[in-house]
Order: sequence, then C-alpha cells, then structure tokens
Amino acid sequence: MESMLAVVIGGLYAAGMYLMVRRSIVKMIFGLALLGNAANLLIFTVGRLTRGRPPHVPADGVLSSLPVADPVPQALILTAIVIGFGVQAFALVLIKRVYQTVGSDDQDEMTTENQEQGKSS
Amino acid sequence: MKNLLFLPLIIPLATAVLGLLAWNRRTVQRWLGIGSATLLTVVGSSILLQVQQQGILSAQAGNWPAPFGITLVADTFSALMLLASGLMGLCVTVYSLADADSEQESRGYHPLLQVLLLGICGSFLTGDLFNLYVWFEVMLIASFVLLALGGKREQMEGAIKYVALNLIASAFLLAGIGLLYGVTGTLNMAHLAIKLQEIPHTGTVPVIAALLFCAFSIKAAVFPFYFWLPASYHTPPIAVITIFSALLSKVGIYVLIRVFTLIFPLEALAGQPLILGAAGLTMLFGALGAIAQPELRRLLSFCVISQIGYLLMGLGLMTPLALAGSIFFMLHIMAAKSALFLTTGLIARMTGTTVLKELGGLYRRYPLLAVLFLVPALSVAGIPPLSGFWGKLALVQAGLQSKQYLLVAVALGVSVLTLYYLVTAWIELFWKNQPADAAELHRLVPVRRYQMLVPALLLALVSLLAGLLPEPLFRLCRTAAEQLVHNDAYIKAVLGVMQ
Repeated sequence: MESMLAVVIGGLYAAGMYLMVRRSIVKMIFGLALLGNAANLLIFTVGRLTRGRPPHVPADGVLSSLPVADPVPQALILTAIVIGFGVQAFALVLIKRVYQTVGSDDQDEMTTENQEQGKSS
Repeated sequence: MKNLLFLPLIIPLATAVLGLLAWNRRTVQRWLGIGSATLLTVVGSSILLQVQQQGILSAQAGNWPAPFGITLVADTFSALMLLASGLMGLCVTVYSLADADSEQESRGYHPLLQVLLLGICGSFLTGDLFNLYVWFEVMLIASFVLLALGGKREQMEGAIKYVALNLIASAFLLAGIGLLYGVTGTLNMAHLAIKLQEIPHTGTVPVIAALLFCAFSIKAAVFPFYFWLPASYHTPPIAVITIFSALLSKVGIYVLIRVFTLIFPLEALAGQPLILGAAGLTMLFGALGAIAQPELRRLLSFCVISQIGYLLMGLGLMTPLALAGSIFFMLHIMAAKSALFLTTGLIARMTGTTVLKELGGLYRRYPLLAVLFLVPALSVAGIPPLSGFWGKLALVQAGLQSKQYLLVAVALGVSVLTLYYLVTAWIELFWKNQPADAAELHRLVPVRRYQMLVPALLLALVSLLAGLLPEPLFRLCRTAAEQLVHNDAYIKAVLGVMQ
C-alpha cells in the first residue's frame, strides 16, 4: 500500500511541477492544486497507514489492542485541505481578473518592463 | 497573566471581525484599525517587560498539556518582534488614512491589514510547527488580497508572481512538516528539539531541513529565491509595500532563525557554509540589482533583498554576538527602511512619479523632506552613529571572530554599494536641478500631509535614537540571542517538568 501511494505521490508532484513551468496561468493554478494534494497524501503516508482501526475509544474506555490509526495526520490533512480550498478559490478569482485586465493567460505577455514604468497614481 | 499571550491574536482578530461588520462605515474601520494597532503596541511592550522579569512565557491553548496541544511561547526575540509589529502596524495604519484611496478602503483595506497583523503575530508567538503553517496561510491570504486590491494592470502581474511563488513555498513547508511528523511523531517545536537529538541526522532529516529552508527562504526572499520580490513589491500602494517589507519578509527570517537554532541545530547538519553563502550572495545580488534601477520603488525593493542577506549572516555565524547583531539589524531595518518607503510615498504623492530621471530640485522646496530621506538612507547604509552601523558592527565583529573573512569583506563591500546607490538616489531626488519638463507639484491638504509625515518622522526618529543610544536595545538583543543559543530554557518553559 505504501509503495503504491509513493508512486501516486511522485506522479502528482511530477505532474504538478510540469504544469507549474508552463506559461499558461490556468495550468499553473492546476499545478498548484496538484502540489497541494501531493503534500496531503505525503502527510497521510508518512504518518503510518493503519487499516480498519479507527482511533475511537470504545464505550468501556479500554482500547483493546494497538496499533490504532494516528488521528493527527488526518487532522493535519483536513486543515490543509480547507486552507488549500480557500487559497485556490482566491487564485481562480485572481487569474480571472488577470485575464480581464491583461487579456491573455500567457505569463510572457504579463510584463510591463519595457513599457513606461513607475508612474504612480 | 499567561493569558496575555493570547491578546496579540485576539485584538487583531476581533478588530478584523468588527471591521467587516462595519463594512460601509469607513470612519469606524479607520478608528478600529488605529485602536487595535495601539493596543497591540501596548500589549507587545508589556509582554516584553514580563519576559524580562519572569523569563520565557508559555501558554497552552485550551489547557492541553504541552506536546499534545498548541503552545504559544514568548521569549525575548518574539516579544521584540511583537512590539515592532505593533508599532509598524500603527505607523502604516495612520499613513494609510491619507494614502489608501476610497476604493481600496471600501473593499476592506483596514480589516485586511488586521488579518495580516493577526497572521504575523501568530507566527511570532506559536510554538507548534503546523500551527505556524496555518498562521503563514492567514498572513498570505491577507497579503494576496492587499497586493491585488485596486486591480491595476501592473498590480495583477505582480500578484500572480507573488501568489504562485508563495504557494509553492507553502507546499514545500507542508511536505516538510508532514515528513517531520512521520520521523518524530510530534509537531511541538520544543518537543521536536528533544526528539531530533535522539535520532541521527542522516537520511530523511537533512531532506526535511532542506525543504523547510527552501520554504522559509522563498518567504524571506533569500538568494536564489528572491526574484519574486522585485517583480511584485513595486506594484501595490506604498503603505502596503511598507508593511510587507517591514514584516512579511522578516517573518521568514524570524522563522529561519527559530527553526535552525531550536529544531535543527546548524552544526549537526553542517549547513553553515550553505547559509553563509546564501547570505553573501543575497547581499551582493540585492545591491547590484538596486544600482541598476532607475525607479525609486524598485530600487528600494532590491535594497530590501540586500539587507535580508545581513540578517541571514547572523544566523549562519550562529554565535550569540552574531545573532544579537541580526536581531538588532532586523529592528533597525524595519524602522529605517520603512521610513524610506513612507517618504518615497510622500514624494510620489506630491510629484506624481517615482522615476528618478523625472524628479529633482526638491531640496529647495522641502528641506525637511530631504533630511527625512537622508537620515534613514545613511542609517541603512550603516554610517555611524546611526542604527545600521551598530548592527553591522556586531555582525562584522562576529564574522571576524568566526574567521569568515570573505563574507565580512562582502558585507563591507555591499555597505559601500548601499551608500552609493542610496546617496545617488538622494542626489537625484533633492540635489540636482529640477528637469525642465517636470510636472507641477501637488500641494497636499495639511491633514493628509501630517498623516503621511508623522509616521515617517516617527520611524526615522526611532532609527536615530537606536543609533545614538544603542546600549539598552542591544542588551535586549543580546539576551534574545543568548536565549536562542541556549535553548534549554525555551524547552523547559514549553514542556515544563515532563522532559
């Protein structure tokens, strides 16, 4: 199970990195989302996979046998997913605004270096 | 009194919420902002006082005992940073009263500034690595919006670079934290320090350290990860850049110092040459970049990078003197560089431009403004007796003691370059004759003028005072550095008896 997840994580990282270096900002945002998911899966995997043993304390208050699944990585991932969701929502709105003002989703066309610079309002 | 540590989080959070509730009442939002920043300054100084009297303070959120819950910790370093954040927040909020236009204010500028302060204070106080990630994200999302607020074309371009690079840094940070939890089974920074002493620093541990170093270096704009900063810092309003350069990049350095003194002691990783090299190159490339800039805001952005190198130099040397020098330098640079940025904003307001070629002859009309630019500029360059000199003196002394002659030479050479480009900028602005086609100067309404002048003046005075009377502040920095190097007290304050 671990080795399969390792391959999946590696694939996600590779795909994310590949998308990040593309010029299109839409692909860049997709790449960011993939990177975030890869990091989440990474936390899940290195936090030890334990199958079918939820970290619940039974009604009598005694845990029958160890090991049970570690709840901390799951809590971390949950937090990271929520944060990632917010950040990606912002990023989507941002690229829409960028597209509206610049008229292109190509990063190479997004530079005012050669135009008149520094005019303050 | 331990609940004092929660106040720097509660004050900006409550203010942001109240500010959002008063969405259309700009006056209410403004006063809330000023009140909150003032309170933050007061709380910051009382935390500093308490830390001086009682040693390192810690508070457990929800009373969960240390390695399991989230701990807030304040040692001298973080208390100093909190106080500085409060002061910077206050200056920038007052400055924004005149600088932020009504469109920005009506889109929630003041509450966002509070959210930014919340994230910054949280990063300074937290004793838990994952919690640090959360505060970073709070800080980032506020900074994203502040950067893009206004929606001008150049702002959009700056924002997309800033957002992309910072999100990559966050992904690295998250991966590093996850791996660290996998290796040690804890996230509490003090507990991590103990756990990592028990395992050999081979295999995964250096990889984790490298991931964290890259993540924090991107946030702090350290060589070779600095290129996003000049690409985005020249675009938003001056008040926003001021708080970004004063606090955001310094949070990155703060966390680097914290993590690499407490969790991963540098000696064990043999990471010192790497950090020293990065420090020297950051100084050099920042200064070289600044020399080439024909525009004041870009010039100052490169100057920010160059100064980051000095802060990193203290961490790389790792002696108490060097760290004290770094901390002193960090406080100095917050005051002096912000005074420069705020004065630049004032000039931009009056002349309508920050391109050096189009400016000139301002000395004749505004001699006070010329002094207000010159004093912090000389201070940043490190001319005695201004504050920058003492920070650099300590760093150079520590460098000589550690026999890092090459780095010391680079640091001194970059000082000369800094003096060169800042004085050139000053001459361009004030000394040379006004170009014939220069636009007419705008006269500002008196209220606005004071709202912009007073914060700049205050920060320049702080820098001047810290230069003339460096002893008390330097003693504080020295205490902070001792606490960083001998981290037993920190670990004990967090974990108490259970070790």
